[in-house]
Amino acid sequence: MLADALLLQLGYNATLVTLGAALLGIAAGVAGTFLFLRKRALVSDAISHATLPGIGLAFVVMVAMGGEGRSLFGLLFGAGVSAALGLLCVQWLTRRTRLGEDAAIGAVLSVFFGAGVVILTVIQTMNAGRQAGLEGFLLGSTAGMLRNDATLLAVSAALVLALVLILRRPLGLAAFDPGYAEATGWSLHRIDLAMMGIVLVVTVVGLKVVGLILIVALLIVPAVTARFWTEQADHVVIIAGGVGGMSGYVGAAASAVAPALPTGPIIVLLGFAIFLFSLLFSPRRGVLASVLKHLRYQRRVHVRQGLLALANGQPIYEALTRRLLARSELILPDGVPTAQGQAAAAKALLDETRWAIVRGDQAYALAATRYDGLTPIEDVLTSDQLAEIDGKIASPQAVV
Amino acid sequence: MGAEFVALSLPSLVIGVLVAVACALPGNFLLLRGQALIGDAISHVVLPGIVVAFLLTGHVATAPMLLGAAGAAAIAVVAIEAVRRLGRIEPGAAMGVIFTAMFAGGVLLLEQSDTSSVHLDVEHALYGNLESLIWLDATGWASLLDAQALSGLPVELPRMALALVLIAMFIGLFWRPLALSTFDEGFARGLGIRTGALGLALVIMSAVAAVAAFDAVGSIIVIAMFICPPAAARMMTNRLGHQVAWSVLFAALAAVLGYVLAGYGPLWVGAAASVSAAGMIATVSGIILGVAAVAGPHRTRNG
Repeated sequence: MLADALLLQLGYNATLVTLGAALLGIAAGVAGTFLFLRKRALVSDAISHATLPGIGLAFVVMVAMGGEGRSLFGLLFGAGVSAALGLLCVQWLTRRTRLGEDAAIGAVLSVFFGAGVVILTVIQTMNAGRQAGLEGFLLGSTAGMLRNDATLLAVSAALVLALVLILRRPLGLAAFDPGYAEATGWSLHRIDLAMMGIVLVVTVVGLKVVGLILIVALLIVPAVTARFWTEQADHVVIIAGGVGGMSGYVGAAASAVAPALPTGPIIVLLGFAIFLFSLLFSPRRGVLASVLKHLRYQRRVHVRQGLLALANGQPIYEALTRRLLARSELILPDGVPTAQGQAAAAKALLDETRWAIVRGDQAYALAATRYDGLTPIEDVLTSDQLAEIDGKIASPQAVV
Repeated sequence: MGAEFVALSLPSLVIGVLVAVACALPGNFLLLRGQALIGDAISHVVLPGIVVAFLLTGHVATAPMLLGAAGAAAIAVVAIEAVRRLGRIEPGAAMGVIFTAMFAGGVLLLEQSDTSSVHLDVEHALYGNLESLIWLDATGWASLLDAQALSGLPVELPRMALALVLIAMFIGLFWRPLALSTFDEGFARGLGIRTGALGLALVIMSAVAAVAAFDAVGSIIVIAMFICPPAAARMMTNRLGHQVAWSVLFAALAAVLGYVLAGYGPLWVGAAASVSAAGMIATVSGIILGVAAVAGPHRTRNG
């Protein structure tokens, strides 16, 4: 059943919804990257919660005008208007008052959401309101969507994605290097406005799919995940889009199979699973990679210190050092160095002696900064320089 | 306005005020420390904690649920810190990743399991049900002095009062170190104050407020009360003591006004049923903030 859903075999509507969710996921991942890099990720949380009163009021207005009140377009339009109002409130509080952006975000999201809840309870007392299904906007519900709604979703998701792709140059510029963007004549204020506009549209389109409580995850999680895999600006955007698209696609497909479950949490948990995998296993910044790097470093320090001890004729008591040296056949089990071990120990001692000279000589001040007790000196100095240093080692010994 | 008021409205009203003040008190310090959204994160992650506690014990009992909620809050704080450090990610984004994932997990667990027999669903978690906390044993104002009737008070009331006392004591006892570490962390550390532990204690106290309030009133009031009254108070004064006092006043005002408007407001305009008290309290706190932001004497950065 899930395989059918993933292969888009569950009928036209489900296919539209799944593709729409995938497009939306890509758009959210890309837009979220810019938001994340501008360090304003949680503004989207205020925007999404601010949609609720708009949804409720749109429903009331549509019913008052004699309609059924369930037109998705009308509801989303109302959501967009009140989200924009919420965004303006955040901007105004941040600029005109002494409140920080985080406090403004929290105030707007809780107050707008509270007002939305009040309107929802009013709607529940209306005759037309009992079957309104507005709760679907809280956590997303894509199962059993009507043809018109599914088409609206897919088309608007595609349009948002196109918009994000058209504006990716200025957005990227402002996100990665705001100073350069301003110097080259871009207005940061306008770029930010455009970014917020895109986030707003993504949020509104995503309401029915992910729901207003969790849509913030679709914007943040892919961008954060992408940062684990690359240091390059373009690649972050591409990977974030991929992660978002994949969560949206698989999540919507899974939701088509399990219609009782809200879609939003499924999509969010899929994205989170990819994030968790990246956090643990990404080759450069992942937890596993860091642990391995640390262990490798620890081993090198132990071997080096062990070899120096051998060279000075001192016994080694430390268990890990003995084990590491024995494993690479530098010492015998009783601690006596092998021929190979003696050679390595002599080499280590020579290296350490050369470093001591370099670090004591102002002429090599720059090279001395590379000293970490592990780097072979041949990696830092040329053979000419080494010969000169060796001369300094030899001369006092010749006197004795 | 006699017996009926005492039985039906007084407990909810008092609980509303207790919740509002308990959240606003630590909210002042969170706001000044730039951690205003911690309340938001905590109140989201409480849901999975409560659901897990319910699944483990099989019934709705207070103690395991509070434990579960507190455990989830602790896990969230640790996870946010871990993601922030391991991934070198800014705190806002780390918070966004963790609390949405935990909330999503809670919702799915809740929808998967059979909770149809008990009063536990997502909507309840979000907006609670302040209006349902009634005091059936009350027969009038005299019941306030009647020990037997008092024992029939909704259990949320003494619990919330206890939480408020705990929080007020924490803030009273640690007032000086809290103020110092909030405004000048380096100086506080120089004086030998353990700022890290103090910051963690503040977050834990906020979690206590959020968890105790959660089951009575839902998360929306909690988030609003953590932020709006302190933010409005910030516009009124430059002194910390005055700010805390203003925030308590604003919080209590929002709770009373919001509750009355939700309960009686619709009747005044001719509608039959009342609206959500939690939502209305949050809305009123927003209006107070709006007024303070427009007219407060210290509303701008340099004022």
